[in-house]
This record gives sequence, C-alpha cells and structure tokens, in this order.
Amino acid sequence: MLTIAQATYDAIVAHAKRDHPVEACGIVAGPEGSDRPERFVEMVNAAGSPTFYEYDSTDLLELYKDLDQRDEEPVVIYHSHSATEAYPSVTDINLASEPGAHYVLVSTREHGNNDGPVEFRSYRIVDGVVTEEEVTIVPTLTRSES
Amino acid sequence: MAIEVRIPTILRTYTDGEKAVTADGGSLGALIDSLEADHPGIKERLVENGDLRRFINIYVNDEDVRFIGGLEAELSDGDQVVVLPAVAGG
Repeated sequence: MLTIAQATYDAIVAHAKRDHPVEACGIVAGPEGSDRPERFVEMVNAAGSPTFYEYDSTDLLELYKDLDQRDEEPVVIYHSHSATEAYPSVTDINLASEPGAHYVLVSTREHGNNDGPVEFRSYRIVDGVVTEEEVTIVPTLTRSES
Repeated sequence: MAIEVRIPTILRTYTDGEKAVTADGGSLGALIDSLEADHPGIKERLVENGDLRRFINIYVNDEDVRFIGGLEAELSDGDQVVVLPAVAGG
C-alpha cells in the first residue's frame, strides 16, 4: 500500500495538469528503508513528449547524489499519461529500475489542464511484473501511519 | 590502478548487495571487462552490441560518458565512476 500526504498528492496532480499534454515526471524521496514519501521533487521531462518521459542525464546524476547525501531513496516515482489510462505501459515496465519504489501513474486524459478528477494509481514493478496497490491519502504523514 | 564504481540498486544482485565496488581499466570498456571478471553477468546489463545501452547512464567524475568518448572514455587512478539506469518510460 502507498500512504501519501494530501499535499504531496495534490502537488503530483498539479504538476501533471500543468504539463499536460506533455508527460510530467518526478519523485517523492524519503529516508532509506522508511517507505515514507516525504520530499516532493519535480523533474523535467527532457523528452518533452506526450508519449515518453526521461530525466536529463545531468539532472539524474544530481538527483541521486542529493539522495545519497541525505540518506534518502526514491519512495515514489511518478509520471503522467496524457492520452491513456494510468497503467504502466510496456516501456514503463521494461525500464522500471527501482524495485523498492512505488510507481505512481496519473492520467490527465479526461480533463487535461483543467480542474476535475484524475486517475491516480500506484504499482510495484519488479522483474517485469506489475502489481497494483491501494493508495491511502492522509492529511499528514505521521509515525503511526508509516 | 583502482577505480571506485557506484552500483545502482537494480544491479546490486551482481555485487552481493554492495553499493560500490572497485575495478581497473584505462578506458571505460576495459573497466567494464574488469567488472565482468569479478561480477559475471553485469556487462550484459551495461553494454549491447558493443555500445553502451541506451537506458544506462555512466558518469566519470560527474561527466556523462556519452560526451567523453563512450566506452573509449579514458580513465585514471582515482576517477569516480557512477552507473545509473535512466528514469524513463512511456
């Protein structure tokens, strides 16, 4: 199960809506081994595409150096689909490289840049196997909820 | 010559869980062969048809090796090598 704070959830959705129809991407970092998505980090989609996303290689290195220094890991890795459902594509599955992360997919296909509900779903992707999990949104992350 | 190579989570199955290992080589290609000798199977995850895999990034002293010669990139003692899979998808 993914437990995520309302403010972090809102930030991911806002990013996806703002960048629509381009795919938005980013992570939520947390202390290593904690499974707590605490620090929202927006990334730039260097592909600038409605059907593909990729971090710029320099941004990627900076991100991982920063995580390392803070003893953090990517707890959530999110991106949006702007024309299809919030389910991992074949490319998403083939390129998934963080078996410990929650892969969050947001679909903006229905309302685009405008207000309105989005699909927000979370998955584990390990060795090519996708497992959907429940998403629980809480007002704030507290110790008891982790 | 000893060069530290930072290994990403997904490839630590080849390094007994180690986050960093040491390897030798005057070029990135030679370094990867040295890695392969100690950690069989890892090369195939980095190299395809004699070139760096499209969705693997390798950095030497913070420089993406694609801009400094790819597998031919020269290495010296004390260089820091970081391997990171692309974060990408469709």
